[in-house]
Amino acid sequence: MTSILRRKLDAGNFVVTAEVCPPKGCDCGEFREKSHALGKIVDAVNVTDNQGANVRISPLAPAALLLRDGIEPIMQLTCRDRNRLALQSELMAAAALGVTNVLALTGDHISFGDHPGGKPVFDLESVQLLQTIAALNSGRDLSGARLHGSTSFYAGAAAAPAAEPFEITLPKLAKKVAAGAGFFQTQAIFSPDCLARFAEAVHPLGAKVIVGILLLKSAGMARYVTNRVPGLKVPVDLIHELEDADHPLDTGVAIARRLVAAARPYCDGVHIMALGKEELIPDILAGLARDDDHD
Amino acid sequence: MIVSKQKPFTEILATLEPVSRIFLIGCAKCATVCKSGGEEQLWQMQEDLTAAGKEVTGSLVIDEACHMLRVQRDLRSKGEQVKNAEALLVLACGAGVQSVSTASDRLTVAGLDTLFLGNIRRFGQFEQRCSLCGHCILNETGGICPVTICPKGLLNGPCGGMDEGKCEVNPEAECAWCQIYQRLHDRGEQAPLSAANPPRDFSRNLRPGSLKLEK
Ligand code: SF4
Ligand code: SF4
Repeated sequence: MTSILRRKLDAGNFVVTAEVCPPKGCDCGEFREKSHALGKIVDAVNVTDNQGANVRISPLAPAALLLRDGIEPIMQLTCRDRNRLALQSELMAAAALGVTNVLALTGDHISFGDHPGGKPVFDLESVQLLQTIAALNSGRDLSGARLHGSTSFYAGAAAAPAAEPFEITLPKLAKKVAAGAGFFQTQAIFSPDCLARFAEAVHPLGAKVIVGILLLKSAGMARYVTNRVPGLKVPVDLIHELEDADHPLDTGVAIARRLVAAARPYCDGVHIMALGKEELIPDILAGLARDDDHD
Repeated sequence: MIVSKQKPFTEILATLEPVSRIFLIGCAKCATVCKSGGEEQLWQMQEDLTAAGKEVTGSLVIDEACHMLRVQRDLRSKGEQVKNAEALLVLACGAGVQSVSTASDRLTVAGLDTLFLGNIRRFGQFEQRCSLCGHCILNETGGICPVTICPKGLLNGPCGGMDEGKCEVNPEAECAWCQIYQRLHDRGEQAPLSAANPPRDFSRNLRPGSLKLEK
């Protein structure tokens, strides 16, 4: 099975992705409804993995359910919760069920989540997980043993374009590409300058760049994100714009639309984080010239 | 050295609940420096236990409580006091406690929590720099240990949570990888970090460790 996401990116199409958080529990009804609505708008749906170190259903099952519904998943996989045996067996299981895209993540530290007393694993980290995926794709496991049927994942990695000092994040991005990352999905970006700097540094590496766009729903949320989420800083002028707005959500959509337009020349797609307002994604994308075969 | 800290007195007292006569053991090395099991803490413990209605039959600060033969010998020298006690309360690291429990048939009670192998920043301030991983990579990382200083033990550069050079887990602390790049940059080195570090070989750190020097 081959990744449609990869086919589109390779063909030069501008892609749109979004993420849905799987349920805490085994009832995937709401997850499927949400994803179904999203599936009509986006090219692929990210299924997060114990996001923020909070326990949820393993992304494997929801990703397989998406496939059943005709939606292409990007299965996120973190190193925080599994050692190299568990990671490999999870990947093989995903491949058997038809999952083709994997986003290889180190994972937030366990101290942030709902089980801070648990033992963080970090047997591997993102670069090594990408190496592992490459090994499985070549038909061998990490120890070199031959597999009964190889995987054929399209592997991606995360990037934090606004992290400072930027120079020290670069060698790791290069390592990720060398280890097999075909695309980056970035953290939310608010400044076109920062995006330009990132694109300039990453394009020579040869990976596709899908830029993170966060829908700011209010000035309060923008401030919260700035103060609480590492690596995210909403510029003050955007916060003021939201403060002065009569309808902050509309303004948030307008800001997101501007950011998408600013990102367009630098990237191969956008990853929209609408945080429950997924129905607004078409508005955010309005005006964007997309050259793909979306239906 | 091994950094340790006394367990809360109420917890120690609860463990000692079934006994009334206790012999105290401290350690003259690490536990003394950490003020968790030196001469002074032994006196204090004796006072507190007495106030709580216990009888302290005697006490002993062993030169290195991790030295099993020495512990055996020193305990023997305190024969009567040890024999009179129903329990030995050990204010030494976990290794010291086990030297004692190996050397004696008395109930052995650990009075400390053993924390980490620590460097001494200044008196009373200890920092973990090495986690005894069994395969030292300091030569490749500018002499700064990411296995220990990065809470995720990352080997290939900073995680996505690094912000303004600070660590996502503790914003007070500098990201280990920022320190490493800065140090290497100052020295004009960079090359060793351009290739990806492979997964670590944890079999080099299997527990329990043991080492026998060749004659
Ligand atoms: S790499 Fe770090 S933890 Fe391992 S031996 Fe060296 S200093 Fe200690
Ligand atoms: S910020 Fe740096 S030190 Fe902290 S967890 Fe991430 S890589 Fe490790």
